[in-house]
Amino acid sequence: MSSTGQPPPEPFRVRQLLYDTRYRSYTIQIFALVVIMLAFAWAIDNAVRNLAALGKDIDFGFIFETSAYDINQHLLDYDSTSTHGRAALVGIINTILVAIMGCITATVIGIFAGVLRLSRNWVVARLMTVYIETVRNIPVLIWILFTVAIVNEALPGIRSFRGEDAMSGLLFDSVFITNRGFYIPAPVFEAGSAVVGAVLLLSLAAAWYFGRWARVRQAATGQILPVFRVRLAILTVPVLLAFFAMGSPISLELPALKGFNFKGGIYMRDSLIGLWLALSVYTGAFIAEIVRAGILAISKGQTEAAHALGLRPGRTMSLVVLPQALRVIVPPLISQFLNLTKNSSLAIAVGYMDATGTLGGITLNQTGREMECILLLMAFYLAASLTISGAMNAYNRRASLKER
Amino acid sequence: MAGERPVAFVAERQIPPSPPPVRTGGALGWARDNLFSGIFNSVATLLSLAFVAYILAMVVPWLFLDSVWNASSLQGCREVDDGACLAVINERFMQFVFGFYPDDLRWRPVVAFVLLFVAIWPALFSSAPRKLLIFSALYPLLAYWLIWGGSLWGPVGVVVGPAIGWACVRFLPSLAGGRLDEGIASLAAVGTGILATALWWLFGVTAFEDALSAVLVIGLEPVESARLGGFLLSSIIGVSGIAGSLPIGIVLALGRQSNLILIKAVCVGFIEFIRGVPLITLLFVAWLLLSYFLPPGTEFDLILRVVIMVTAFASAYMAEVIRGGLAGLPRGQYEAADSLGLDYWKSMRLIILPQALKISIPGIVNTFIGLFKDTTLVIIIGLLDPVGLLQPIRADQNWNGIVWELYGFIALFFFIFCFAMSRYSMYLERNLDVGHR
Amino acid sequence: MKLTTTLVAAAAAAAFSVGAHGATLDDVKAKGFIQCGVSTGLAGFAFTDSDGNWDGFDVTFCRATAAAVFGDPNAIKFTPTTGKTRFTALASGEVDVLYRNTTWTLSRDVDLKFSFLGVNYYDGQGFMIRKDMGVTSATELDGATVCIQTGTTTELNLADYFRANNMNYEPVPIETNAEAQQKYLSNACDVYTTDASGLAATRATFENPGDHVILPEIISKEPLGPLVRHGDNAWGDIVRWVLNGLIIAEEKGITAANVDSMASADTKDPEVKRLLGVEGNYGEMLGLSADWAVHAIKAGGNYGEIFEKHIGENTAIGLARGLNQLWTKGGILYAPPFR
Repeated sequence: MSSTGQPPPEPFRVRQLLYDTRYRSYTIQIFALVVIMLAFAWAIDNAVRNLAALGKDIDFGFIFETSAYDINQHLLDYDSTSTHGRAALVGIINTILVAIMGCITATVIGIFAGVLRLSRNWVVARLMTVYIETVRNIPVLIWILFTVAIVNEALPGIRSFRGEDAMSGLLFDSVFITNRGFYIPAPVFEAGSAVVGAVLLLSLAAAWYFGRWARVRQAATGQILPVFRVRLAILTVPVLLAFFAMGSPISLELPALKGFNFKGGIYMRDSLIGLWLALSVYTGAFIAEIVRAGILAISKGQTEAAHALGLRPGRTMSLVVLPQALRVIVPPLISQFLNLTKNSSLAIAVGYMDATGTLGGITLNQTGREMECILLLMAFYLAASLTISGAMNAYNRRASLKER
Repeated sequence: MAGERPVAFVAERQIPPSPPPVRTGGALGWARDNLFSGIFNSVATLLSLAFVAYILAMVVPWLFLDSVWNASSLQGCREVDDGACLAVINERFMQFVFGFYPDDLRWRPVVAFVLLFVAIWPALFSSAPRKLLIFSALYPLLAYWLIWGGSLWGPVGVVVGPAIGWACVRFLPSLAGGRLDEGIASLAAVGTGILATALWWLFGVTAFEDALSAVLVIGLEPVESARLGGFLLSSIIGVSGIAGSLPIGIVLALGRQSNLILIKAVCVGFIEFIRGVPLITLLFVAWLLLSYFLPPGTEFDLILRVVIMVTAFASAYMAEVIRGGLAGLPRGQYEAADSLGLDYWKSMRLIILPQALKISIPGIVNTFIGLFKDTTLVIIIGLLDPVGLLQPIRADQNWNGIVWELYGFIALFFFIFCFAMSRYSMYLERNLDVGHR
Repeated sequence: MKLTTTLVAAAAAAAFSVGAHGATLDDVKAKGFIQCGVSTGLAGFAFTDSDGNWDGFDVTFCRATAAAVFGDPNAIKFTPTTGKTRFTALASGEVDVLYRNTTWTLSRDVDLKFSFLGVNYYDGQGFMIRKDMGVTSATELDGATVCIQTGTTTELNLADYFRANNMNYEPVPIETNAEAQQKYLSNACDVYTTDASGLAATRATFENPGDHVILPEIISKEPLGPLVRHGDNAWGDIVRWVLNGLIIAEEKGITAANVDSMASADTKDPEVKRLLGVEGNYGEMLGLSADWAVHAIKAGGNYGEIFEKHIGENTAIGLARGLNQLWTKGGILYAPPFR
């Protein structure tokens, strides 16, 4: 009505806190803030008084005290005179080890099973369906216990490799599969192996550069080069030459039975094997479904269009279908990696010394510092999760740019 | 010219149809087409068949032909035959189902289980009478009372709390007359209602229970938590976790979508924290730390503590499922609600949530399956769920050394249950997929 | 602001009304039963039958304590605890007393804040190995794979022992005895180490116990006994004197069968009179009835009877009394005088 100037500023009234949308959101938020802070204060106050009643305090000093226990699988130098902090670190590295191994095999199994489930071969497709449904519908803890039990009960014991009619190892007596785990040869690096490593790095770079160059050339001229074969040559020939030129500086140390156990080589413990296989098979089933959904999400028209352009089936897959399917596959795939990492905490059930087994297990128990240990443990898993989901978000941002 | 031209060709008799090519007809043709269409395919088929045959040859004789159902110990089994010693399942079956729940009281969990279906009926079928919702709301207390026993007045006392709160909300504003602003009065009434309920729960319930128990004793024989175990325990944790997580999950999902920054930050923080740590660490919290954060001297049953943490865990996942449902609704639905002039809560309650929840039902069922599988983790904190029962059984001298039968049985149980649920969720997905075309 | 104050007041009121940690004895008497933490299952010491009823050496001491407090050995609830869960169960008040092969150590006493109340079994850590491995001494175990129960002093002793003897080993940490047994039997480890009594108990459940030997080395002192939280002296005194009472009962020849007649008949021995509440007001001092010891002894007999019934030489476990013989008979079992 009145077009002249602004309305006179109304005096602020308490009612506006409730009815005026400009203020109401602040009212609600401040109220929520107060409630949340009160709840926190209450919980912390309780904790302080409970701890005081027990005569405990919160003190992270135990991290620097001697742990006094041994850990069987340690990729760092560790013995019973090391600190609890180092024990936790050993556990964290063990967690990361099994998580990375698990993610790799789970992806391989998942892609394999997901593609085969779409196969026109009835028997194969059904077999994969049975695998996926069986594995997905049984708790992962049972799979872990079951797999470790299979390793322990069904594989030959150490004693089968001893005595007169001893079994011999696989692959010319170099790999031993026992119920205590797998013993595989370990590489031994002598002087000169650095040169071989350097050559390997150089050839990797060269192979990568060649791939890029071939792509650019193809875009410019339309000529397709035999990238795979050339790359294979670039990768192998110089390394082999360097290897023999330096007088075979890298050799294999074979495991051999001495006393109670095999000595030498790399020892993959039963708990590691069981945990790794169980996590891979379990997560693989979920990944298979993701892969299948990703491939099905690409409409048939895309394949047909590619065929109409004269692309061969292999190239259709690699140039048309896969790049599009990956955009659908990768986000849920990464969240499966996250699940696998979290599920690896079940290692505690089979005695694999991961972060939960050291920090949340023996250390917690020997020091009696529940609060501190569990906080540290949660902080570790949270950091790992945030890193992984950060990677996922970065990928999503990159992939979604190309979308229309 | 045209007239002279003879008809080029007219068939005088029908050519008999030629038989179909051998390779497309019948079972053989199908097999050739689908199984042996190439070298690679044939090899894959043969390998798969060999694998299936190998597994069957291993399992069938062990499980069916040579298995022993009646024996009192593993040695007894081995004397009869060398297959699966299913006698252990036979002997311990009830323990797997109920844990150490007293024999003569086992009807109570069974009744609670049956009533569960009555309680979730209105949630699954809109044709169910609305009045049943009241029963659904009361069901948790009823189930608690049936399973744990004790005086009836405890659960009744708990119900009285919200009733007092509701009375405050209903009658206080009119008591205030016109003296206060209407909105402030109703807000104050809600606040008082919540406070009154909380205070009643903190202080009133025990007194109420004692007072009424002194007058009239109605109760069931109490059963202590240590006796709960087996699939009963898994079901209790799974069902109460999912039931509790649904409302919390809805609130968290709405909070995450909210444009109130603080609320959003709190919800995102909670969801990401819970989803970032393994359930096992949350169980450790339930087991070791939760009682530190409660007033000194409060004693909480371990199962209850586990249920609290599992609910928190499931809530975060539920919130993500429901957020997916909210995001899946066409923008137009939100705009339509706004254009009708509905406020936030009305538009959520009447337009958005009913549709969003409907499309999230398959996701909710999947969350439930996941949660149900995850209940096996409680063995790590010493509860005797089916996997936990393996320990006492294997510690028994009679069954020392038995492995596969027990794992197989538990796996089979979980498989049947989860598989049925996942089929149900797929069926729902197909049936619910009609609205938005 | 006002609302805030109200909320704070309400929260504070809620917190205070529940009260500080009461003395356990009052709590126990109020709830009418004792909560006793025991092992999840160790043959002879604590185990359940298929109905879930508990029995065993440690369990009987718990029952005797319940009988002393309430006159009823069944006024008790058992909480199975693993090596790992036991201390938290006790610290959090989930159990009132822990009777679970727990070794008395300085750090547990001082750092974990528990009071040990005596020793009901003197034990030591030993090794079990298959006979056909041909090992006769623990010093030959270099390079062996060793199954250990985690959450115990065992893993610390083991680390110390192998370190001191300059030997290597491969530790396999296991949560429960049943699992360790499974691993050992399937040959996934060469050696199983735990307290010698536990080894004997485990071996007794094997199909062929004779195929396994327990090596002569005992590498540690493991005095096992009951414990309660620090600062719980009245309650701790009861647990301590029930244990002492049962040892004195053996010393004085009071058994489950003759305790009633001893209490009523005119025994000469003043210590027996005092123990059984015929003379003096020792029960009252403890906050119990005068005849508490009578109930405690009736629950399962005196120390010797309990030992013989559950783990003695005539049972499958077959443990000799050894150190656990009375001090008068060459052992070190020695209860302070009852006066």
